[in-house]
Amino acid sequence: MKKKNADTIVNNEVAAGPGQKAYVLRLFVTGILPNSARAIANIKAICNQYLKNSYELDIIDIYQLPDLAVSEDIVAVPVLIKKYPLPEKRLIGDLSDTDKVLKALDLV
Amino acid sequence: MKQPKENKSVKKIFTLPKSASGIKGLDEITFGGLPLNRSTLLVGNSGCGKTILAMEFLINGIDFYNEPAVFMTFEENKDELIQNVKSLGYNLDKHIENNNLYIDQVRINPDELVKAGMYDLEGIFVRLERAINKVKAKRVALDSLDKLFYGLDEKILRSEFLRLIIWLKEKEVTAVITSEIGEPFHSRSAIIEYVSDCVIVLDNRVTNQIANRRLRIVKYRGSMHGNNEYPFNIDENGISVYPIVSEAFQQKTSSIRITSGIKDLDEMLGKKGFYMGSSILISGTAGTGKTSVAASFAYSVCKAGKRCLYCAFEEAPNQIIRNMDSIGVPLNPLNRSGKLTFYYARPTLQNLELHFLAIRKIIEDLKPAVVVLDPITNLMTEGPNSDIRSMLTRFVDYLKTQHITVMFTAAITVGSIERNPSDEGISSMVDTWMMVQDIEVNAMRTRSLCVMKSRGMEHATDVRRFIISENGITLSTIQSDVDGPEAVAMQKAREHENLSNSKASIVETETFRSKK
Repeated sequence: MKKKNADTIVNNEVAAGPGQKAYVLRLFVTGILPNSARAIANIKAICNQYLKNSYELDIIDIYQLPDLAVSEDIVAVPVLIKKYPLPEKRLIGDLSDTDKVLKALDLV
Repeated sequence: MKQPKENKSVKKIFTLPKSASGIKGLDEITFGGLPLNRSTLLVGNSGCGKTILAMEFLINGIDFYNEPAVFMTFEENKDELIQNVKSLGYNLDKHIENNNLYIDQVRINPDELVKAGMYDLEGIFVRLERAINKVKAKRVALDSLDKLFYGLDEKILRSEFLRLIIWLKEKEVTAVITSEIGEPFHSRSAIIEYVSDCVIVLDNRVTNQIANRRLRIVKYRGSMHGNNEYPFNIDENGISVYPIVSEAFQQKTSSIRITSGIKDLDEMLGKKGFYMGSSILISGTAGTGKTSVAASFAYSVCKAGKRCLYCAFEEAPNQIIRNMDSIGVPLNPLNRSGKLTFYYARPTLQNLELHFLAIRKIIEDLKPAVVVLDPITNLMTEGPNSDIRSMLTRFVDYLKTQHITVMFTAAITVGSIERNPSDEGISSMVDTWMMVQDIEVNAMRTRSLCVMKSRGMEHATDVRRFIISENGITLSTIQSDVDGPEAVAMQKAREHENLSNSKASIVETETFRSKK
């Protein structure tokens, strides 16, 4: 559980139901700048609606954790990385294009 | 109020401060280096050398100017990169250990990338900041933009690139950024070129099946720069750029004379021989003895204790040594003692440029007093004529700045009345020009030598008989019999002249005939 100080924007939500294949998602953002804020809102909405109880979402501020941004080779932000299920995929942007996001996450 | 007089003739030209690259030749054509704390774009097709140039800029910054650096690569694997540049003499591991160099490899996989909305490239800025702070870098290289920008929206990358340039300026680092030229990216490179303060284009083209590297400064804001294409080379010492400009200005002339090694020839050359540091050409048809003259010169130079570099492009050194032995000029001991060094290469092996570069390197190590190129005409068939001319000019200029006396031999094709184009080029360039030819005297075949020109001295203008025997080379005035031989000799003399002045000779021949 990657919980840092309370005032940094790193939080994760895990909702795991019994026996269901969990999605592991990581969203890299730049603080609360507009694109990032939108991305956070959008992914949370998608998770609530489509993934319900079977996802793990980490929201990581690249200013707060630059080393993690380096290890994941973050270039464009915001970027959502689907770690599991494989294959790993990256979605860059504020995730406002819901259809595209769903398609990329194999949720349609 | 009195104004200081010197201000009137000296005009101060403002230029942007520069960051010296330390790359041979490049600082000359940029008049000081790359723009300090600004971005330089290196553009070129794949394999043109941009990564190496960027790397060398960084390494020289560490070695010579105490400026740590960051090399951020989107292309190569970090370990592969370190291995690849080892062959150029760069030991990156050492610099990395000393925390002077940080190689940051950013893995970009465009296939797993999906665009879903608005984004920017803040990740790169965060990454760069971290890297720069790690070593307190003053120089940064980004290699290459194409990989970084692949698949991204043009509008976004345009504004982000501009932001990057400004960001780098504020960070006070001198940056080199590489990019490829190509259709899909053309529009991108347009904005990139527009925004960069300096743009250098590199090229690796193939002419006549031989590879030639060229670079050109397309743009350099706030500074003068050489405009032309300059050839450059990459070898185990890194990059060397070859500008014509610099060397010509440093030439000095000498009035010291050096013997040709042939007493009778010195006699023809103002009684003293060649000028030291001058250029000499011996041309003649095949088998007339040019090599013998050149080797005799080399012999006397080495005997006097100086070093000579003999570049043989036709006969193998052993053959030359054997032939010269038979005329009483023993080269072997001098070769063994190191005074006489041979450079033997088949002209077709590599292009003319590379020959000159190889020779130049030997010259830098050996520091000879004299260089002989025998024959130069073998190299002339490789490559277009204008290239040859400029290469030769550059080479001769270089030798002059080193005060090296150079002797060329050139083979002329049979039918010497017509001008031989490649010979024509050199004969106007050199200080002293001699011609040897086969002639007939008293119904016997013999050879003649004539000094066609010799700048800065009085020289014999007559044609002399040129004899090679086991005692070496001797010259004698041709016996003036009443008829026959004299006529023949004079005819031959005229033939010599024909090579430089065909019109005048026709008139003279007519005059002579009418006199008889």
